[in-house]
Amino acid sequence: MARYLLRRIILMVPLMLGISFIVYALLNLVPGSPTDQFEFSSNFTPADRERIRENLGLNDPWYTRYFIWLSNVFQGDLGNSFVNYTPVLQRLKDTLPNTLLLTGTSLVFALLLSIPIGIWSAVKRNSFFDRSTTILSVAFYSIPSVWLGLMLLILFGVKFQEWGLPSLPIGGTQTLRGESGFWDRVQHLILPAFTLGIIQLAGWTRYIRSSMLDVIRQDFIRTAQAKGLRQRAVLMGHAFRNALLPLMTLVGLTLPDLFGGAVITEEVFSWNGVGRLTINSLIQNDYSVAMAAIMMLAFLTVVGNLLADVMYGVLDPRVRLG
Amino acid sequence: MVQQTEIVGESIGQPRSERTQETAAADQRGRLRSTPGFYRRAWRRLRRDKVAMVSLGICVFILLFAFGAPVVSQITGHSYERGDLRSNLLAPGSDSYLLGTDASGRDILTRLAYGGRISLMVAWLSALVALAVGGTVGSVAGYYGGFIDSVLMRFVDMIIAIPGITLLLLLSTLWRPGPVGLALVIASLGWTGIARLVRGEVLSLKNRDYVDAARVVGASNSRIIFRHIFPNVLSLIIVWISLAIPGLIIAEASLSYLGFGVRIPIPSWGNMLDEAKEFYRASWTYVFIPGLAIYITALAFNLLGNGLRDALDPRLND
Repeated sequence: MARYLLRRIILMVPLMLGISFIVYALLNLVPGSPTDQFEFSSNFTPADRERIRENLGLNDPWYTRYFIWLSNVFQGDLGNSFVNYTPVLQRLKDTLPNTLLLTGTSLVFALLLSIPIGIWSAVKRNSFFDRSTTILSVAFYSIPSVWLGLMLLILFGVKFQEWGLPSLPIGGTQTLRGESGFWDRVQHLILPAFTLGIIQLAGWTRYIRSSMLDVIRQDFIRTAQAKGLRQRAVLMGHAFRNALLPLMTLVGLTLPDLFGGAVITEEVFSWNGVGRLTINSLIQNDYSVAMAAIMMLAFLTVVGNLLADVMYGVLDPRVRLG
Repeated sequence: MVQQTEIVGESIGQPRSERTQETAAADQRGRLRSTPGFYRRAWRRLRRDKVAMVSLGICVFILLFAFGAPVVSQITGHSYERGDLRSNLLAPGSDSYLLGTDASGRDILTRLAYGGRISLMVAWLSALVALAVGGTVGSVAGYYGGFIDSVLMRFVDMIIAIPGITLLLLLSTLWRPGPVGLALVIASLGWTGIARLVRGEVLSLKNRDYVDAARVVGASNSRIIFRHIFPNVLSLIIVWISLAIPGLIIAEASLSYLGFGVRIPIPSWGNMLDEAKEFYRASWTYVFIPGLAIYITALAFNLLGNGLRDALDPRLND
């Protein structure tokens, strides 16, 4: 196990290097430069812009800059923002907890609901509950999260307020002025977490249902029932444990979508996370921030995949990691 | 965007490895007579599936509505680009505006048709490009195996590990694309799913007896791939396209919503949503309608894809 873990972690290094190289190359082929913002400013002469470019190291070829960037990163220095000169590390520290809070909440929300719903609709196959679950999960699976987010925001944020009902905040991670306690943060979290989680919830429910159906048909379940175990014991002790395995793989595979979805959800709800940081820095040609933000998202995905594989090995003794 | 393709993978990744005698024989016969039998029977199965047929109807209707946009414009009597500022943000049903007007007083229904044309064109084009790239990579990797296979598949793994949307944002910043460029950008990431599927399928097909037989007779690699393996991968491809379209439409919409998509004068469903978001307090229908169009299209193609999968994979119908 330890050896497997070590090997996987070592394999992450070339993967992350490859990703960083691709992303850095793309970023630097983008037309436009951080000095564009001074283009029409009377305070800056062309010579000033040239000096700034020189100072930022933008006149070197991009592959030279990549290696400089890389060696700085290994020394823990992510550089400064090209636009407002704050340390990139600080920007990540400000946004990463918010992204983790959002994605973590929606992951837990989706898992906690999809597991019981999926199991129950497999057990009560073709019942009213099963059919409505199937219809709902297909319906939610296709929903564009941009639109879902906007409509929820209009309904619960704007319309509820107009109708004099208790409403939810329309964006941000917390109320900026005045009270900002725990409940306030929860209120801000509800809509974005729901928007982000509902698609995974729909997909996973269908998946758990079908893998439960596969497992229930197998002989060891019949044996367990035949020896007189209670239904609950058969379901939880035998069936569920086996149905859970493929779910781990699926959760691992969905992580890129989860972090990708976070980019969109964060933008819709003005959630101050890594995704929104990515978008803003790309719009401003702020390469150093964009680079760090994209690498952060890729890193989270890679680590998440690793965790999913390791969990798989822990849960399934047939898988020999080594 | 990758979501849909994963679902395909789990259920039709390996259908033919466990075919019954009867269907294997049908395949054999079908191929010899350039495949009428298999698809005719699949169509018969599909026709019995009410949900799939309704979805097919909706898909056809949406395609006609979008690609007949000039006709829609004549019927409504409004153009997509000119509006009357005095009648902006009208609610649906007022005057001659069936779905209301946008912030510049343009008819939303007409714009919806033109927007659909762009959105659907981007989605289909990127599906076809992704198919060409992914299909080639997948079949080369699966057919030749060995070193080529590991190199190609590690590359696929690497692309899959990056959250797609960030690369899409990057590439659209790079190219400032028009509709065709945008389709290429989306396709440049969308091919990984089908590459994996095709690879798996080809891996299981290439060791079949009839492939060995073809090789013994002296058929070249390309003849074996195109004449003997490709027809057997075709149903996988049909299902993949139907299930990929929703993801691709949503990808276009998300990019355009974030301001990285098709540029403003040409409407697409995504940038209609983007324009509308500023006015969500003034007119909720303005936001609701383009998103609903995206949603209905995505839903119809997903349901059609599920139906196609059941119809093309007789194993599930036993």
